[in-house]
Amino acid sequence: MVATSRTLSTRVWPLHLVKPTRGLVDEKLKVIVRNLNPRQEVTLRCVHQDVWEGFGHYISDQHGTVTVAKDASMGGTYKGVEAMGLMWSMQPVPGSRKGLRTLSTRVWPLLLVKPTRGLVDEKLKVIVRNLNPRQEVTLRCVHQSEDKDVWEGFGHYISDQHGTVTVAKDASMGGTYKGVEAMGLMWSMQPVPGSRKGLRLRKKHVLSPMVFHISVFDGHITQGFSQLTALATHAVERWYVAPGVQRVYLQEKGVQGTLFIPPGPGPFPGLLDLWGGGGGLVEYRAALLASHGFVSFALEYLSSEEINAPTTDVKYFEAAYQILKSHAMVQKDRLALFGLSFGSTIALSMAAYSKIIKPRCCVCISGSHVNAVQRTLSETFQEIAKNVSKIRVEDGQVIWRDIILPIPADPSMKIDVGQIKCPVLLVNGSDDQNLATVESAEDMERMMEKAGNRHLLQVLTYPGAGHLIEPPYTPHHRTSNFVIGKDKVLMLWGGQAKPHADAQEDSWEKIVAFLQQHLYFTGSQAKL
Amino acid sequence: MAGERPCPLLSVHPSRCLVDEKFEVLCQHLLPALQVTLHALLQTEDGDYWEAFGHYLSDAVGSVRVSEDASLGGSYSGVEPMGLLWSMRPVPGSKTGLRLRKKDVFKPTDVNISLYEGHLNEGFKDKHPLASVVAQRWYTAPEVQRVEVKEKGLKGTLFIPPGPGPFPAVLDLWGGGGGLVEYRSALLASRGYVSLSLQYIGLTGDDGKPCIVGNDYFEAAFSILKQHPQVCPDRVAMMGLSFGVSVTLGMAAYSSVIKPKCVVCVSGSHVMPVNGSLADVFDEIKKNVKNSRFDEEQRVIWRDLLLPIPDDSSKKVEMGRIKCPVLLIVGEDDQNWPTSESAEDMKQMMKQAGNSHLLTVLSYPETGHLIEPPYSPHIKASNFILHETRNKVVVLWGGHTVPHSRAQEDSWHKTLTFLEQHLYSNDRVASRSNL
Repeated sequence: MVATSRTLSTRVWPLHLVKPTRGLVDEKLKVIVRNLNPRQEVTLRCVHQDVWEGFGHYISDQHGTVTVAKDASMGGTYKGVEAMGLMWSMQPVPGSRKGLRTLSTRVWPLLLVKPTRGLVDEKLKVIVRNLNPRQEVTLRCVHQSEDKDVWEGFGHYISDQHGTVTVAKDASMGGTYKGVEAMGLMWSMQPVPGSRKGLRLRKKHVLSPMVFHISVFDGHITQGFSQLTALATHAVERWYVAPGVQRVYLQEKGVQGTLFIPPGPGPFPGLLDLWGGGGGLVEYRAALLASHGFVSFALEYLSSEEINAPTTDVKYFEAAYQILKSHAMVQKDRLALFGLSFGSTIALSMAAYSKIIKPRCCVCISGSHVNAVQRTLSETFQEIAKNVSKIRVEDGQVIWRDIILPIPADPSMKIDVGQIKCPVLLVNGSDDQNLATVESAEDMERMMEKAGNRHLLQVLTYPGAGHLIEPPYTPHHRTSNFVIGKDKVLMLWGGQAKPHADAQEDSWEKIVAFLQQHLYFTGSQAKL
Repeated sequence: MAGERPCPLLSVHPSRCLVDEKFEVLCQHLLPALQVTLHALLQTEDGDYWEAFGHYLSDAVGSVRVSEDASLGGSYSGVEPMGLLWSMRPVPGSKTGLRLRKKDVFKPTDVNISLYEGHLNEGFKDKHPLASVVAQRWYTAPEVQRVEVKEKGLKGTLFIPPGPGPFPAVLDLWGGGGGLVEYRSALLASRGYVSLSLQYIGLTGDDGKPCIVGNDYFEAAFSILKQHPQVCPDRVAMMGLSFGVSVTLGMAAYSSVIKPKCVVCVSGSHVMPVNGSLADVFDEIKKNVKNSRFDEEQRVIWRDLLLPIPDDSSKKVEMGRIKCPVLLIVGEDDQNWPTSESAEDMKQMMKQAGNSHLLTVLSYPETGHLIEPPYSPHIKASNFILHETRNKVVVLWGGHTVPHSRAQEDSWHKTLTFLEQHLYSNDRVASRSNL
């Protein structure tokens, strides 16, 4: 230990006392310097193997004494009255390699993740405590899908002076997301290197949770995680269903789909949940909506075999609506339509034209009013197919957004949205590369303005978001594999990860609030 | 739209959580100024039903928010975010002397929370609720492992947190009721500690006769924990309740094998012969059994069996020998053990010996003996089977519901902070901990 002196006047012969000179690592040191000048500025420094140093700035008292256990350090690697500051504040000297860790500063980090069981649209709190101060760590979230693909999201953090990382408050400096992102570990997930291409993360079995493993690693790591041992790991379950939600598969009157019923005596408001042209039966959104208090009917209207020549016509949707309306657990006068992509087109068509379907409100995500669903889906698709020349392919990615452009002026080519009598919430991404939804929304606004029902329309447009605006915190897919008949293509949906994630989080909150407002209100609060 | 039947929305958030976590119960879209009752119901593994309920008045926009609004009556009153849980009691017509204790810690408890119109006090199962949701509560976080421990004659269950480890550990000792109580260990494992629940009362020897274990039993348990590949050997603590405290303090003071990093002692005493064993404590208690009292409901009060606290230091654990931090949790209305008097005496002993800086005492007024993890119902008295005679008595544990419930919540939070401070932190952080 060295006390460096610097005076203009009297030469000093300082005596520095250190006790014990041999001690156990958990014993305190007494460090005293005597015979300095009064009020002399000195620096006490502790060095280990020329690589680590800790130092404090002191001013001797009127007797020329510095007593580390009693005097305050005014600067250096530690401040204040710190008997052992010279030891614990040690850090690698400038110019050292990064991310060093001595054996003597072994940490026992405590990883806190809450909730360990939550719904997929709930936020996670992730905190790491008891790291070293200013320690570089990587937080990583891993998930193995039902298809056995592995997805990961990770962020690079530096702990604060207490050795704590709080994901909701601290900025990630790199990884799959940057900045202060409370849910970045989830929404930034992507397939691990070496995975198959064009993947999309979608839960099939909605009654079981998605399991994620959140780990903290020493250092800023970007690859090779599976070869490393984490400092700590937690398992987190994320559910599409709240406890008590029931799942009922329906096959009735030629209609098929899955009904999700909230817990409780009911009856509840209900909604018809319509996905897009990909076809099949997609249950997870309906399951989640049931967890928010709505009987939700995920409707299968386009089986994979039928995509090229669907026989479904408008009567199918009316039958489905009737089944929902007459269900014992449903309040027949509190129904909504919920659509995404082609499902939105169906929803708008029904709301405008159907004598049977009279929803209280509609939610239409990434949809368009171009190409009304008037008779059969087959005819509708044939109309769309007339514009197949407008499909672009760039870098192997199929872009469909031009198909409906320019938005036709001829009203017979569009759904007459002026006839809609209920509130409509449109949710669109500005970077939608699959459907020209923003342009459609603008045209719908004009039509409704003319028809006098513009007050029913609410439009949420999200910059940087793509076509697939789904419940929050699921990864963004700018492209994914899409099956058309026998062909598999790589479809460009659009959007960038961060703005798309923000769009999913914000729109979901507004969608649920919109549905609650229009389906759960009491008479005195009715607002249209 | 006037005159439309309201469609109330009841929600609980989170709908799934650990038993020591809070929830928010929210009712919306009621008519304003509507009298409603919120009712919570659960069914135990034994088939008994427990319930709690609060009377509320919806506000001007037709909402009731349990964390902010006052209950006007029921099994709890006032602003009590978790009153629907901790004020639970067996439904009318149930057996008497029940205690709510989870056996299968990997199965959650589904609490049904229902909204009724009007201020109801009874007959809930015959009334039709306006709405109902499920709050699911767990003693285990996902992927906590459970391992039975049978080696070296021990009988216990080990709970291991998810992750690579190694982890700090806790030897978890319950009290004179005996048996193997797992739920606190399961919860500790969910919070990052390898936890060993040890059965040590009511065991039978090889001859099939009941036997009382010696100190080597506990030393073997501590060693097994220390040597476990997922445990940091120098970060093992002991936690005891009731009789478990006698063992914990005795071992901490005298054992050459057991050197805990810290100890947590709930509702216990240091009164036992110096360097004695469990058998010695039982003998002492038997000698004084005539000091048992009964209250007006014939419930037995055992707190006098160890009173007065002896002045003779050979009859007490020498607290001065303890070298690790000690957290004492004491209910001032404990009717089963003289925990307040013991705590006071322990404090004096440690002051005199110069190690009182190791001691923290949490003393809770109007709190009884069974200070358990939070939000479990306060048990003022319950059935108890005496080991030797197999007679059934009703033991008075003490405490009043509201203060006891607050004590459970506060002491658990402080216990976790204490364990984290001594088992997870590097010491320099501990002194400035804002945890």
